[in-house]
Amino acid sequence: MALISLDQVAQLGTLTYYLGGWEPPWGIEYRIDRTSALVLVVVTGIASAVIPIGPGEKSYQIPGHRHAMYYAAFLLCLCGLLGMTVTADAFNVFVFLEISSLSTYTLIGLGSNRRALTAAFNYLIMGTVGGTFYLIGVGLLYQMTGSLNMADIATRLSEMQSTRTVVVAFAFVTMGLAVKLAVFPVHQWLPNAYAYSPSAVSAFLAGTGTKVVYYLLARILMTVFGAAFVFDILGFDRLLMPISLVAMFAGSVAAIYQTDLKRLLAYSSIAQVGYLTLALSLGTTEGIAAGLLHMFNHALMKGGLFLVVACIVCRTGSSQISELGGLARRMPMTFAALIVGGFGLIGVPSTVGFISKWYLVSAALGSGSYVVAALILASSLLAVVYVWKIVEACVFGKAPEGAPQEEAPLGMLIPTWALLGATLVFGLSADFTTHAATSAAEQLSNGVKTAKLISRERRQLHAHTLAEPNAVTPAQESGQ
Amino acid sequence: MNPQLLIALALLTPTAGAGLVALTGRSPNRRDSMTILATILTAFFVWNLAPIVADGGRPELVLFEIVPGLEIAFGLEPLGMLFSLVAASLWGLTSVYAIGYMRGHNEENQTRFFVCFALAISAALGIAFARNLITLFLFYELLTFSTYPLVTHHGTAQAKRAGRIYLGILVSTSVAFLLFAILWTYHLTGTTEFRPGGILAGKADNMTVGILLALFAFGTGKAALMPFHRWLPNAMVAPTPVSALLHAVAVVKAGVFTVLKIVTYIFGIDLLADTGMSVWLMYVAATTIVFSSIVAITLDNLKARLAYSTISQLAYIVLGAALATKSGILGSGMHIAMHAVGKITLFFCAGAIYVGAHKTLVSELDGLGRKMPFTFGAFFIGSLSIIGLPPFGGAWSKWFLALGAADGHQYVFTAVFMLSSILSIAYLMPVVGRAFFLSPELEAPDDQLAAAHAADEPGDSSSDGDSSSDGIFANLHEAPLLCVLPLCCTAAGCLALFFLAERIHSLLTPIVGG
Repeated sequence: MALISLDQVAQLGTLTYYLGGWEPPWGIEYRIDRTSALVLVVVTGIASAVIPIGPGEKSYQIPGHRHAMYYAAFLLCLCGLLGMTVTADAFNVFVFLEISSLSTYTLIGLGSNRRALTAAFNYLIMGTVGGTFYLIGVGLLYQMTGSLNMADIATRLSEMQSTRTVVVAFAFVTMGLAVKLAVFPVHQWLPNAYAYSPSAVSAFLAGTGTKVVYYLLARILMTVFGAAFVFDILGFDRLLMPISLVAMFAGSVAAIYQTDLKRLLAYSSIAQVGYLTLALSLGTTEGIAAGLLHMFNHALMKGGLFLVVACIVCRTGSSQISELGGLARRMPMTFAALIVGGFGLIGVPSTVGFISKWYLVSAALGSGSYVVAALILASSLLAVVYVWKIVEACVFGKAPEGAPQEEAPLGMLIPTWALLGATLVFGLSADFTTHAATSAAEQLSNGVKTAKLISRERRQLHAHTLAEPNAVTPAQESGQ
Repeated sequence: MNPQLLIALALLTPTAGAGLVALTGRSPNRRDSMTILATILTAFFVWNLAPIVADGGRPELVLFEIVPGLEIAFGLEPLGMLFSLVAASLWGLTSVYAIGYMRGHNEENQTRFFVCFALAISAALGIAFARNLITLFLFYELLTFSTYPLVTHHGTAQAKRAGRIYLGILVSTSVAFLLFAILWTYHLTGTTEFRPGGILAGKADNMTVGILLALFAFGTGKAALMPFHRWLPNAMVAPTPVSALLHAVAVVKAGVFTVLKIVTYIFGIDLLADTGMSVWLMYVAATTIVFSSIVAITLDNLKARLAYSTISQLAYIVLGAALATKSGILGSGMHIAMHAVGKITLFFCAGAIYVGAHKTLVSELDGLGRKMPFTFGAFFIGSLSIIGLPPFGGAWSKWFLALGAADGHQYVFTAVFMLSSILSIAYLMPVVGRAFFLSPELEAPDDQLAAAHAADEPGDSSSDGDSSSDGIFANLHEAPLLCVLPLCCTAAGCLALFFLAERIHSLLTPIVGG
């Protein structure tokens, strides 16, 4: 069974790579446009990298009789995520959301630590609340528009004025998705869920789960409700932007104080979600493009890093930072992978992290928010601190007594390096990713300029005309 | 050979050298000959490029595009040529010296050391050859990360702390300020390319120019402008060859080179001179010059003293760039070469003293000159060059810098240059004076010195006790030949540069368009 499922995912993975960028209408409800194609590539790519880890890891973490369950849940989860991505039906999203969530709870519960069960339960509660909120929102929308098809809802919504019902529906839908995305104040489920689930599951969730929800959020904000409604009428960016900034800093600071590698990466994920929502809150096409780009890049980095953790756990049986001592010597290949992933998180040039940051800051500058741009860079300094904490432990720390000297098995190293190698490839020739993200963002925002954007442009134009006489004055002064 | 190929080879050789060193790590002799081979080849390629640039050639090499508009590209111009010449030539000497030093000390992890060393050089060459800010930033960060293992080489708590400060300051300034400035420039101009005359003219108002200059100047943490200078004295825990090459040549020079290049090719000196937005930077640099010189006088540890001297000398270059006059820029460019050769001599000597006599404090050096004549002779020459006295190279760069200040009608900075020369006499000459003219017996009754002893480096006290006893002293001798030879070469280089200054001057003249 394991082999068959592995086969399926591998095939699906290659299949979607060929599909990437196409726009075949899959029936009426399932539509793959550029954005969802990009997300599909992410999800299947990560999934096919993670699946081979399973057999390598299973003898360490998951008891034998549960292997079948592991693969079944994994595939169900994958199915749910893919479904969420391709569907164009608001209610169908909920169905797939629940499929993936329920299977995720199972996957997390498979962790060897008993606390995995608590983590799964916590997530179950939070996730269900989120899902229910989403359902309520969709229900209200259906009440208003009489339709469940996203495009249909969008056209009908644009015809009617923003009634209170629509606003409430918006609030419910966004809140529900925010919980699943682990946006800052409602992120509590994430660290434990990532930390206590089997490492391969953490990698899979980190690489795909939040990414798909992010895609959904972007889609619903931009196409269903429309950017004009969300940002101009509701002023949602005024809420989302501070929250994102707080998430970036709080997540990173929390990451610095973690003693467990998985928890550290989990908190780093919360910070990265902050970047994602920040990009969205800019409300410009470039912002969305930067968000989608970072979604892609972060999936690669975080997925890869959790696989590194899987390699470490597989040999040492622990992901405590204090027990990483001497890793640089004991497992050089794993350590090198860790460095590459860490550099990505910091945003060192030649990794995808740099490309993300470049576009994110460019987008912030483009919308005239210089302070935000500076804060993005400042928060990435915190990443230096937590990444370096790991590196120092690996290089200078003393190896614990009787620490195994072996490198991780090849079956785990190959997928790890496949993901992290991809971060370097896409960091150096980002043409594919940036093009995909930009065109996806253009399609998503549909070329519609929000009133805010227009006013910003006006302001810039104004500033420009003001700047001209300014430039002359000092010259005159020096002339005198 | 065609210039593109030369550029690629010059960059690849150290990298390939690093790989070969790693592979031959088991046999020290073979490994070290790999290092030497790589240095010779690199120097050969870089020197072959020099005539092309001197004749006005501007070879370019586009490696690949990350996305349209952002590319990893190399292009040679006089300033980068000069920096790469300095880095590549001194790498060879430092390698010879490092081999002698590391073997003399039986250091651990020598393979890792030489691998990182070679990687650092390729990063420095990448900075020198960079044609746009993106490429420069890429190699700038690579240089930081490749030198981190060198700084923390000993792996002690002190080394780790130094490493943290090193990385903390360099990475945070570069990300928070430099990268921000790069992005802002890109946002304003749509390009990051270095162009003669600058790209910002007409694109940014005065205020923006001022802010950008601040971001660039402080963002280049490697230039060690106060208050971001603390990493440099801390990094002195590294083995001396590292201090010598990386902290007298590659890293710090990469920093000031970046500042100089940005001033000339991003802002353009006309823009800065017209807007007057660089005046504050002059004052910051001048303050750095004076303060760090004064700090240097108070320090007893020889390497720390040299480190503060470096900070002061780097600020010369920044000041020269900020003056935004032709002579100022030329003087800055020349000072990169002059100071590199002079300071590396001093560091070589400091290392040789440590290897030969196990002394690290200035106050312990009494009478050593007679035992180690070559080392201290070279130290004397290097000092004179740093101070700026003829007939040594440093005289010319100081001349042009002071002239640049006068050209810009900033006479106060001419005075600062002169004052700093006097201060540098005060912190460098006592070293030589003690070594040659004081006899070791005189040290014991001097109360102040004894107090200074006790205050400094209690951990090192094991060797302190011996310094006054003649019996131990008799056994002292020169450092190994592999250490002494390079420092004699660089000392001779200081002298040679005095006569070769015209060549450098004419190489650099095109960058200021005259």
